[in-house]
Parts: sequence; C-alpha cells; structure tokens
Amino acid sequence: MVCAMPPIPIAIEPPLLQVKDLRVTFGLDEGVVRAVDGTSFDVRPGEVVGIVGESGCGKSVTMRAILQLVDRPGRIASGTILYRDRNGAEINLTNLSPRGPEMRAIRGAEIALIPQEPMAAFSPVHTVGSQIIEAIMLHAGQSGRRITKAEAREITIGLFRDVGISIPEQRIDSYSWQLSGGLRQRAMIAMALSCQPRLLIADEPTTAIDVTTQAQVLELLRELRRKYNTAIIFITHDLGVIAQMTSYVVVMYLGRVMEQGPVDQIFHSPKHPYTRALLRSIPSLYGETRTALPVIAGSLPHPFNRPAGCPFHPRCPEAMARCAVAQPVLLPVGDNQAAACFLHHEEAEA
Amino acid sequence: MSEVPLFDAPLLQVRGLQKFFPIAKGFMQRVTGHVRAVDGVDFTLNEGETLGLVGESGCGKTTASRCILRAIDPTGGQVLYRTRDGRVVDLASLPQRELAPFRAEIQMIFQDPFGSLNPRMTLLDNVGEPLLVGGMRSRSERTDRVAELLKLVGLRPEFMHRFPHAFSGGQRQRIGIARALSTNPRLVVADEPVSALDVSVQAQVLNLLLELQERLKLTFLFVAHDLSVVRHISDRVAVMYVGQLVEVAPTASLFSRPRHPYTAALMRAVPVPDPRVPPADGALRGEVPSPANPPSGCYFHPRCRFAQAKCATETPPLREVAPGHMTRCHFADELTLAGA
Amino acid sequence: MSATAPAAEGAVVEDRIAVASNWKLVWWRFRRHRLALVSAVVLAMMYAVVLAPDFFSTQNPEATDARQAFIPVQGIHLFHDGKLDPWVPAIAGKRHPVTLRMEWSIDPNKRVPVSFFGRGHRWYVFGLFETNVHLLTSDDPRQRIFLLGSDRLGRDQWSRIMHGTQTSMTVGLVAVALSTILGVVLGGLSGYVGGKTDSVIQRLIELLQSVPTIPIWLALAAALPRDWTPIQVFFAITVILSLIGWTTLGREVRGRFLALREEDFVLAARLAGCSRMRIILRHMVPTFASHIIATASLAIPVMIINETSLSFLGLGIRPPAISWGVLLQEAQNIQSLALAPWLLIPGLVVILAVLAFNLVGDGLRDASDPYSN
Ligand SMILES: Nc1ncnc2c1ncn2[C@@H]1O[C@H](COP(=O)(O)OP(=O)(O)OP(=O)(O)O)[C@@H](O)[C@H]1O
Ligand SMILES: Nc1ncnc2c1ncn2[C@@H]1O[C@H](COP(=O)(O)OP(=O)(O)OP(=O)(O)O)[C@@H](O)[C@H]1O
Ligand code: SF4
Ligand code: SF4
Ligand SMILES: [Mg+2]
Ligand SMILES: [Mg+2]
Repeated sequence: MVCAMPPIPIAIEPPLLQVKDLRVTFGLDEGVVRAVDGTSFDVRPGEVVGIVGESGCGKSVTMRAILQLVDRPGRIASGTILYRDRNGAEINLTNLSPRGPEMRAIRGAEIALIPQEPMAAFSPVHTVGSQIIEAIMLHAGQSGRRITKAEAREITIGLFRDVGISIPEQRIDSYSWQLSGGLRQRAMIAMALSCQPRLLIADEPTTAIDVTTQAQVLELLRELRRKYNTAIIFITHDLGVIAQMTSYVVVMYLGRVMEQGPVDQIFHSPKHPYTRALLRSIPSLYGETRTALPVIAGSLPHPFNRPAGCPFHPRCPEAMARCAVAQPVLLPVGDNQAAACFLHHEEAEA
Repeated sequence: MSEVPLFDAPLLQVRGLQKFFPIAKGFMQRVTGHVRAVDGVDFTLNEGETLGLVGESGCGKTTASRCILRAIDPTGGQVLYRTRDGRVVDLASLPQRELAPFRAEIQMIFQDPFGSLNPRMTLLDNVGEPLLVGGMRSRSERTDRVAELLKLVGLRPEFMHRFPHAFSGGQRQRIGIARALSTNPRLVVADEPVSALDVSVQAQVLNLLLELQERLKLTFLFVAHDLSVVRHISDRVAVMYVGQLVEVAPTASLFSRPRHPYTAALMRAVPVPDPRVPPADGALRGEVPSPANPPSGCYFHPRCRFAQAKCATETPPLREVAPGHMTRCHFADELTLAGA
Repeated sequence: MSATAPAAEGAVVEDRIAVASNWKLVWWRFRRHRLALVSAVVLAMMYAVVLAPDFFSTQNPEATDARQAFIPVQGIHLFHDGKLDPWVPAIAGKRHPVTLRMEWSIDPNKRVPVSFFGRGHRWYVFGLFETNVHLLTSDDPRQRIFLLGSDRLGRDQWSRIMHGTQTSMTVGLVAVALSTILGVVLGGLSGYVGGKTDSVIQRLIELLQSVPTIPIWLALAAALPRDWTPIQVFFAITVILSLIGWTTLGREVRGRFLALREEDFVLAARLAGCSRMRIILRHMVPTFASHIIATASLAIPVMIINETSLSFLGLGIRPPAISWGVLLQEAQNIQSLALAPWLLIPGLVVILAVLAFNLVGDGLRDASDPYSN
C-alpha cells in the first residue's frame, strides 16, 4: 500500500503561488456580487492543495482570477497574486494585462487549467489531437523554440500514453464527442500537461464522471505529480477526494477562506465550525444508516444578500453576538493551520 | 391482469423488465440494432421500505425507473403493483388510459432541481398541478393543501406565490418533493434526488426523505450513483451493471460482504473521507461496455479480476447465495471479497 | 450600521425578483439593451405612421405639379427669434439657360411659416371619420412645402414616404404573422405528433428551402393577374412572402417542441396526469412564446427587404400604390444619384427600419430566456 501523499517539506521551499486578499466582484444590474471576498492561500512547488466549498463559494472564480480569465462583468477588485516563475522571479499576475503576451505565456506553459465543463474545453469541429498539437506549437513558438508538426504530434501521442489512453495513435484523431467521459477527461489532462506546466489547476476534474473512472483519474494525477513534481490545485466539493488527493486543504465559504491547514489536521482536528459541520454532514461507508445526519442549518444566502459580520454566522451553531457585526480574519490556530473564527482569536477585519 | 386480492404480496414486483431502444441509421432510418438499456431486471419492493438502485452512468437506472412509472413503455417484462384494495395489476401492460388511477399513487422526484419545475409557474401552480388535474378545482382548497405541503417539506407557505427561480437547488428539490407528495402517493421513485446538491444540502434532503417516509409510510425506489448515500438511506440495495442487476441484498449484508466482484470494485473506488486511510490500489480497469453491444457471458468478465474461461461463455443467473442476498456471479460462493 | 443597508436592499431586490413573472423578467432584461430600447421607440413611431399616414403627411401624396419637379430637401426649422415658431425655408427656381432644367435653390431670406395641427387635405381616420387635421401644414394652403423634396412629377416625397411606410411595414408584419401561424402550427404538429406527419412536413420544409427564392417570387408574382387592384396585389404578395417564409420558424418550433418533450417538468406534468392539450398549452407554448416573438421580430426585416426587392424589380406592389420599394423603383428611373439624390431617402428609411427590427429582435432574443445564468 502506498501512503496518500508524501509529506511536503513546507518550510524550505518558497511558495510557487501566493494569493493575498483577493477580491473579485461582478457588477450586475441587480447589485454587486462579491464572488471572491478576501481569499488568501499559498501553493508550494509539488504540493497538492485542495479547495473545498459549496457551490457558488467562489472556487472557480478564484482560479479564473489567477489566470486573469474572469468573465465579464467580473473584475479583480483588489488583492495580489504572486507567482514565482522558472527563473525564480516573482510576478504579480494582477498587474499583467489579461490579453498581454506575458499573461499568455504564463497560461498553459506555467499554469494550466483543467476547466470545470468537460464538453466546453474542446472544440467539436477539430480533432482532440489537433487542438493539443496546436497548443504545443504555439507555446514552443512563444518560448522561441522551433518545433515541427510531426514532432508535436509525437509529443501528443506520448502524452496520451502517459495519461493512460489506449491506442493513442488512433484516439489522437478523434473528436471530443466521440470519446467517453473518462477518455475525454484524460485527453483534457493531456492537453493541460502538454506544455509541462509547473502548476496545474484542476477544477472539479472528476465531478462529471463515475466513481470507477474517478478512481482511475485520481490515480493518474497522483502518478503525474510524482513523476513531474507538478503542483496541483485541486477543486472539488467531495471531501473523500480531498482526503485521498491533497496534502493541504483550503475551506471556502461565500468567497472567503474559513480554514486552511494540512489535510490530516483539517480532517482530524478541524478548528472552524464550518469545517466541522461539513465533515459531520457527509454520509460515509461506515457510519450508522437510516438516521438523521447532522446538518448545517439554513441555506446559502443569495449572492446579493451577503450577511454582515462573519459570513457563516446565520448558520453557525456557535455564533456569538460579535459574529454578526465583525468579520474575523484568517489567523494561525496551530501548526501551519489557520482559521477565521472568533472562537480562536479576537482579530476582526478593519 | 390478476384480480386476486393479495394483501401480503410486495407492493411492487418487477419481473424480467426490458427496455430496448432501436438504433436507426441512414437516410431510411433503418433499425440496425438495439440499445439494451434495461435487460431483464427482477426485484421486489415491500411496503414501507427503501430499495436503493446503484450503478454507473448509462447502466439503465433511469430507464428502469421510468419504465416502472410508465413514463416510457417497456419492451418486455412485468411491473406488478399491489393496489390499495389488494388487487395486483401489471402496470407494464396497461394502456395509458387505464393508468390514470395509479398516477396519483406512484410519484417521482427528479435529479435536476432546475429542470424539474416549470419556471413560468408559481410554486402554487407547480405543486398544485397534480391536485388540479386530479380534480381539486377549488383554488382556495388547493392553496391550503399547497401551504400544508410546503410546511411539510420545510418551506415557508408564504413562498407559494414566488417563482422557482427565486430558490436555491436544495429548496427546489424540496418543492419537487412537495409536488410528488401532493397526491398522497404510496410509492415514490426518486431518480438521483440528491446528486445535484451540495454536501450540506444533500444531508438536509436525505433527512427530509427519511422523516417523510416515517411519517407518511412511503415506499421508496431510490436511484443513485453515490454508494455512501445509497447505503445511508436504503434498507436493501440493488447494484446494476449494463442493464442488469448483478447483486441485490440487504444493505448491511451487501456492504459487509459483497458477493459480486463489481460491487466490491465499486466500493473500493469510493474515496474515503479520511486522509489516514491510504488510497485503495487496483482501481477497476477499462470502460463500461456499451449496452448496444454487451460482452458475451458475464457482462463483467472483460474487467473482472476473477474471470475464468467459463465467464466469457456462460451467462451467470441471478441467484440467492445467502438469505435475501442475490448475486449474478458463477463464483460467488468461492470468492471472499472485501466490503467497506 | 452601514453594513446592514446593502443587505436589506439586497433582500428587497430578491423579493421583487422572486415574484416576477416570466414577462417581467424578459422586460427587465430587455431594457438593459440601450440600443434595442431606442430601436423599439423608433419602431413605435413607425407604427404610429402606419396607423394614420395621412395625419403625418403634409399634403396629398398623389398631388402632382410638373412645375415643382425635383425640388430638393427643404428641411424644417422649429425656432424663430428664439420662440417656437416653425418655418420652412422658401425655394426659388431658375431655369438653366442651356439645359432648360429648373434649378432650385434655397432662399435663406424668405420663410414659409408652417404650424402644427393645422388643416390640410381631407382624410379618414381608420377609414371612418373625416378630418383634415395634420401634424404639420403650411399656413398658406397654396404654398406647398417639400420637407424631403419632390419627385419627377412634383409629388411630395415626405408624404409619399409616410404612405409607403404604411404599406411596407404592414406587409412585413402581416406576412410574419401569417408565417408565424403556419410555422407554429406545422412545426408544432411536426414536433409533437412525430412519425409520418413529421417526415412529410420536414421534407416540405427542405423542398421550400432548397428552391431558390427569387425564381419562386418571379413565378408567383408574374402569375398575379395584371388587372388586380393594388389592394389585391398587396395581399397576394403578403401571402406569397409568408408561404415561403414560414419554414425557418417551423424548424425552430419543431426543435423546441422536441427539446421540451424531454424536459423534466413536462414529464412531471405527464406523470401528474395532465392531458396532452394542457401540457401543450400550459407548459410548452408559454416556454417558447418569447423565443417565437424574438424570432418573428427578426423575420420582419427580412420580409420588408423581400417586399422592397420585389417591388423594386417591378414584380411586387405597383403604382399607384406606394411602398418603399415602389419609391425606390421610381428613383431608379432617372440618374437620381446625380440629379436628385434625395430620392434615395426611402432607402435610408428601409435601412433604419431593418436595423431597428434587428436590434429589437436581438435584444428580445437575449432576454427571451431569463432563466439562463
Ligand atoms: N459570469 C458571472 N456573472 C455573474 N456572477 C457570476 C459569474 N460567474 C460567477 N458568478 C458568481 O460568483 C460566485 C462564485 O461562483 P463560482 O463559479 O466561483 O462558484 P464555485 O465555487 O466554482 O461553485 P461550483 O461548485 O458550483 O462550481 C457565484 O455566487 C456566482 O453568482
Ligand atoms: N431515448 C433513448 N434512446 C436511445 N438510447 C437511450 C435512450 N435513453 C437512454 N438510452 C441509453 O440507455 C442506456 C441507459 O440509460 P439511462 O439513462 O437509463 O442510464 P442511467 O443509469 O440512468 O445513467 P445516469 O447515471 O447517467 O443517469 C444508456 O446507454 C443510454 O445511452
Ligand atoms: S466567527 Fe462566530 S459565526 Fe463565524 S464561525 Fe466563528 S463562531 Fe461561528
Ligand atoms: S461470473 Fe466471472 S466474470 Fe462475472 S463476476 Fe463472476 S467471476 Fe467475474
Ligand atoms: Mg466551479
Ligand atoms: Mg439517470
């Protein structure tokens, strides 16, 4: 048996990516949606960071913000996103123009995204292979290397083999709609890996596929990380996948980080009431059956109707008077673990 | 149609249910083959119990449940339903007209909380529609009943003049449940009712379903692909693979000692929400075969770790290997499979 | 506390949206498109002209006067000496000594006073009540004014455009209404009944779509008896246009029907025991009504162009009836570009109408599904 994830030498290596107090807003006619409202976390080289949170908590928007791909009318309102590139230089991605050459060079080559919608990622009118070949040639061109189409094709076939697609010489010429869900997901991972990114963002890469296929894809991602030491940000709302895949976990709620910490601490000594409630509410393969599950009371507020104070306070079983008026900041609560909750500290946001 | 009153018969007995979809090709739309979406499914459902139906995408869960509801017409087999006065009728062979009296008794909860309510009708009209077509003409009577139903599923009755777009996924699912319960059904077929919901909302809806079952003595056919959810809510579980049931057993028995290699593989694939449990190795290889062209013999043999020569040629029958525990594997007695 | 204010406001917005019906949501979304909204106002004004073109005319569109041919655009001034006192600059004519053509020039020193809601030629409101009130008339009945110039027979182009607007916009609307009915009925039948009916209707659509339209028009229009009255020709043209034009809409309706049949809420209605009729009328039709309106408003400009082209080719509406196409056809008779470029103004009107319809249609199409996103 292999262990879930080898421990990461955290203190030694400087972070690859630092997201600091990121805020993304969508100005709609009905009001302003604060989709991401002060999110901070780090990603170290070779680490797998899991981001969990319920639908609409801003996971995808945060990732798109990192890549400067936020859809209109959304915009990054404030915050910094520091990325350490191959030469060790630190770049603030929020300062780059979304369509400029620097950002385009980072997308794909440095940071690659496996997007949430599996169908939308490939164009239906070109073969899967031709789209990957094109991406490889484009990035080679940007970094000043010359590469022939035949070479790019060879690389693509190799990638397909790497991600476990059988008969890659044939599959490379199929269209995305001809592939099964699992194969399409693998092709997408191959596409994301095509330029050997140092950071891979996987936005719910297994939500649309079956458990047995999911198990295959997770195994593949684990293997790729071992092989290439690619850092991965893994987004999901499946706590099982988080436990099995990641080494560090960020728990988000309504656009804010509630708690973050090493995976073992998050699961075995969660500090934030939201994390605790979330862990309790999942049915498991071991617990008692046909009994009421402990639930989080109430429901997610409408995006236009964010509560003041701690965003979780209307649903928090441990809420205090203070929670309704002041917003707690994210502060260390243990070894490499941090929580935004007044149960653990007094610090409120100015 | 059998007219003999049988009060101790199961509420629903499905026998040899089949649904084949024709594959039409070319300009003339000639039928060149069939998708054997449901290929001989047998199970019983006792009054007041929950049967979980699990399986991977495309294995025929939705098709089977829609055949039972007669939303589509089955190709073959029987769906024997025991009516309130003890008669047993075969829903599979009744013409649409004669189904009308049973529509109110068998209701459905849908997977997609966004597509299952008419966005252009208020909650009152959405939830009250089965009442209206069932003959409750008076609007005030309907208003009272809808208010009662909304309260039952944990929504405020004042919401009934709102449109579905004002509600979150979990709330819409509650509205869908209220609609299904409006006619006092006996059997509720829930097709993946929590798959589209967030973890915290999923727990709320599962609790609601359990509570309603207790209160209203409902019988559930609960379709899902999430093993943990199915385990949590079901009394018995049926596992489906390529249009067939491969295992049917009481929940505890199935999870502690699965008798079919596919069931065991499915359980192993579920990621355990505990980082101290190492990832299970030996994930199932290959892909689910197409129901248009299933493998010979045991449908699972191309992926089965225990397959032997016999498996490729002989189709194993669904047989009882322990009390109430049915499985479709030649070697069920010899294999010792790890459960969850 | 300031933080609670936006939250309370959010709650109000949420409540308002919660009880908003489909049409309200469509309207809220539509009015976000500035251009579409402006276009809708333009179209409203055009349809006001359709209702009573005579009211907007300054004179009888048929009144000829050979001595007043090819008068250029006079334009209108609303203020005089800082007061609201509309006037039109006077025109002075001089015959060219060599070409013997009249040459008109604006006399900046002389004003022709005009007034709003003055009296002019007689006309009937909706063909019922007689009146002689007009939006704008010359104060001196013998002094004719030509806001947009005159044509080769000395007829007033402004008044002719008003009457042309009535014809052309009506053809567009009626033809689209007819083809919508055809499209919805045949497309709906095709989609709902399926089977043989569907095949027959689909083949018919394919047939109609594969025949090039211009020859069909030519054939059908040529088949119209020459001795029909302009009104009869007008209706015949409308019917011809809609017989050919319903196919796209038919396809769309069929597609929506097929897609809707698979929707969960339609299945839910079936399982609730709703009759077929109730499912169609209560669940399916309202769901695509807004799409149909959007598609129809995008079809109107096509019809208008079709009518204009037919009439321009001399195959559609014929003088003495007036339509935009007829006006353009007359402009084609002379070297109007050089001599009387203002006779091409009807072309601008066509462009304006087509643009306005397209913008409104686009806005409606975006707004027609308020539940997406
Ligand atoms: N294009 C957009 N226009 C307006 N609001 C948007 C848009 N995209 C996202 N949002 C808002 O941003 C918030 C966060 O959305 P996001 O997609 O990041 O959620 P998520 O955490 O990825 O959820 P899921 O698990 O459903 O993928 C949502 O509340 C949504 O209302
Ligand atoms: N109307 C249809 N025509 C042809 N084939 C169909 C039709 N409906 C379903 N099928 C096929 O029948 C098989 C079973 O489909 P079904 O929807 O019942 O699966 P399922 O178990 O509910 O899957 P999921 O978990 O994805 O909902 C699939 O292979 C599907 O492609
Ligand atoms: S700050 Fe207060 S409301 Fe928020 S999680 Fe902590 S205890 Fe609960
Ligand atoms: S019959 Fe054979 S192939 Fe099928 S499950 Fe049993 S051992 Fe595996
Ligand atoms: Mg997302
Ligand atoms: Mg299904």
